[in-house]
Amino acid sequence: MILPKAISQPISRLPLPVIQQGARLVFNQMLRQHPTLFDRLGNHATKSFRFTPADLDLTFLIVPAGRSITVSRKSARMHADASAGGPLLTLLALLEGRIDGDAMFFARSLSISGDMEAMLALRNALDDSGFDLPRDLGKAAGPFAPLITRLAEMVRQRALVGLV
Amino acid sequence: MAGRTLRITLGPVPYLWDGEAWRDFYFRIADCAWLDAVTLGEVVCSKRIHFTQPFIDAVANRLADAGKQVSLASMAMVTLEREAMLTRKLVEASPWPVEANDLSALGLLSGKPHLVGPFVNVYNGATARMLASRGATRICLGPELPLASVSEIIAASPGTDFEVFAFGRLPLAISARCAHARAKGNSKDNCQFVCQDDPDGLAVDTLDGQSFLTLNGVQTMSHTCQVLLAELPALQQAGVSHIRLSPQHCDMAQVAETFAHVRDLRIDASEGEARLRAIYPDVPLSNGFHYGTAGADWVPAAAEQVSA
Amino acid sequence: MELICPAGTPAAFREAVDAGADAVYCGFRDETNARNFPGLNFTREELGASIAYGKARNVQTYVALNTFMRAGAEQLWYTAADNAVLLGADALIVADLALMAYIAESHPQQRLHVSVQASASNADAINFLVQTFGAKRLVLPRVLTVGDIAALAPKVACELEVFAFGGLCVMAEGRCSLSSYATGLSPNMQGVCSPASHVRYREDGEEMVSELGGYTINRFGADEPAGYPTLCKGRFHIANDEGYAFEDPVSLDVMEHLDALRDAGVTALKIEGRQRGKAYVAEVVSRLRQALAATPEQRPALLAHLRRLSEGQRTTAGAYEKKWR
Repeated sequence: MILPKAISQPISRLPLPVIQQGARLVFNQMLRQHPTLFDRLGNHATKSFRFTPADLDLTFLIVPAGRSITVSRKSARMHADASAGGPLLTLLALLEGRIDGDAMFFARSLSISGDMEAMLALRNALDDSGFDLPRDLGKAAGPFAPLITRLAEMVRQRALVGLV
Repeated sequence: MAGRTLRITLGPVPYLWDGEAWRDFYFRIADCAWLDAVTLGEVVCSKRIHFTQPFIDAVANRLADAGKQVSLASMAMVTLEREAMLTRKLVEASPWPVEANDLSALGLLSGKPHLVGPFVNVYNGATARMLASRGATRICLGPELPLASVSEIIAASPGTDFEVFAFGRLPLAISARCAHARAKGNSKDNCQFVCQDDPDGLAVDTLDGQSFLTLNGVQTMSHTCQVLLAELPALQQAGVSHIRLSPQHCDMAQVAETFAHVRDLRIDASEGEARLRAIYPDVPLSNGFHYGTAGADWVPAAAEQVSA
Repeated sequence: MELICPAGTPAAFREAVDAGADAVYCGFRDETNARNFPGLNFTREELGASIAYGKARNVQTYVALNTFMRAGAEQLWYTAADNAVLLGADALIVADLALMAYIAESHPQQRLHVSVQASASNADAINFLVQTFGAKRLVLPRVLTVGDIAALAPKVACELEVFAFGGLCVMAEGRCSLSSYATGLSPNMQGVCSPASHVRYREDGEEMVSELGGYTINRFGADEPAGYPTLCKGRFHIANDEGYAFEDPVSLDVMEHLDALRDAGVTALKIEGRQRGKAYVAEVVSRLRQALAATPEQRPALLAHLRRLSEGQRTTAGAYEKKWR
């Protein structure tokens, strides 16, 4: 399920530093609230993971051990050990463990490449972490709170009917 | 046990060969002085048994008369009542020692001397010891085991003979479904014995043209031919007593002679490998399982000397 | 019939319990079980907490110790068995003969289930394991038809569990070295099949190519449903033809034969999928739980959706139907 243009275009048009700031906020909050992520990631925490939402002109590069997240436009070809791409709602639903990554892969809604061991470790770590966008971020999301709440609602609606 | 001369055995013909061709193959084997023991029998598919059944007594007697130790293998996978009956009958009535290749044969043979074939999972010394206490005198280890495991198993089970798969396409899997019949548009129940058209198996290549596997009825084998020649000293050091050659559609007497010559230091391993490549051409060699890497890999002899 | 459900993480364990499992099976974070995948499985603490979560809701926990003990490292398996017993596992699922012997001797009160990986496919083999190790239940390999199972059940002195839904081994379980032939790592020894460490996906024009250990396993067209990069579900060249040599990318679904399996005397239905996400576990367990209570006419509608979560988005009854052979 691709985001409606009414949502995706404004996000894509935001200046990179603004998105970077929001992404860092989400990412740090996630790592703070779910330290067990690192336990399941093991050595793979030092690897770099790239996530590219199909419906946004953005790509996110994270290194869990370095607690770093870098946002850039798709045209910037950043190296990553492992990469995943798919509709933003699919990626967010995976982050929350609301859908099954294997099923998304079988359905070709999710593409993956690079270090599959690292990707699998991250998937399993996220799946167990019980991450919950609106609950975990709460007011910490600041100006992004309404957007995150809206996306989370969409994830939930879609996940329920198994269409994400 | 280390230091004893490695004995050379011939495993069962894995493929479906014409009955007379099968008989003549073994008559030639009877004349091959380099082989000490021969295991006969249909291991892969019960539907094939009638092809060789009329000849098995003559073949076994001929081999025994020539001084070979003869044994009969049970089937690797027993699912139908008919197959269970055949296994029971084999255990009860075989004039020759039986090689167990599934848990039913293993259970039925308990308490009497028997052999254990490569299709029974023996991955550690504790299992080998238990099987020995139940009557196993010789255990042919599965080809997947690396040398490190082979050594540990033998050290943990003194008094048992151990056999290692040293030549042939590797038996990798067995299924209820017949991929061989399927490849030729038939089902297993109406297979028309199409596997007989491929006396050395049917090649499976990847979509990018890599040689990969071989179909043999319900069994899937490697495309490569496992060869442990340069590894013979290490195997002997580990206490292996027998090496098994698995029949391929080539001159197996010459294969046995080559192994014997390398064992007896009449030729070196590289000369032996060159001979095997000539006797069984067009099939790449592999030995990766011995080194704990991919079974399809070929680890050159030099690497063995360095690691030894 | 009991519903035996998979869990790769504590979160999935809770989902399985909440969705209606009678028992949940899981394993430790090491090579003692056959889903030794990165980021998956349970620490001792996690298992203890999960067992307690299950017990409080009247759900049993089975611990899979279903790989073969590596020669020289047997203690790893023995300790895992000791720990599982101590933590209160309701049953241990075991494939290795010597590990069965250890459990029968050291923990005679512990309920022992024989893993599918032991490959006991007939009455003599099963009764051998029952008599020798006191096994209480056997998980049947996926090589028998429903008719074969019905003929077998009265002849064996233990309960039978069969795979009902999820991944489908095309080859007899516990007797397959295809993975290690290509990668050096096997289900029997390392607890992995077609391990992620040796999997590579690459784009080739419109096609997605899956590779294992450098061998091409498949090429998928732009929107063609995909499967796992396992050898037995790869597309190959054979005799001038191109196709799935062993089986298509497809999952197992034998719910159509539910009543026949019940009549055959099967005690438990097993769902494969410890490697799947908790969302999958929740969905499959709750649907199968409903299907068990439903009439045969109601079942197809309940289960149709599950196909879309399956490999290749398709399912088969596999070896349970004679025509599959």
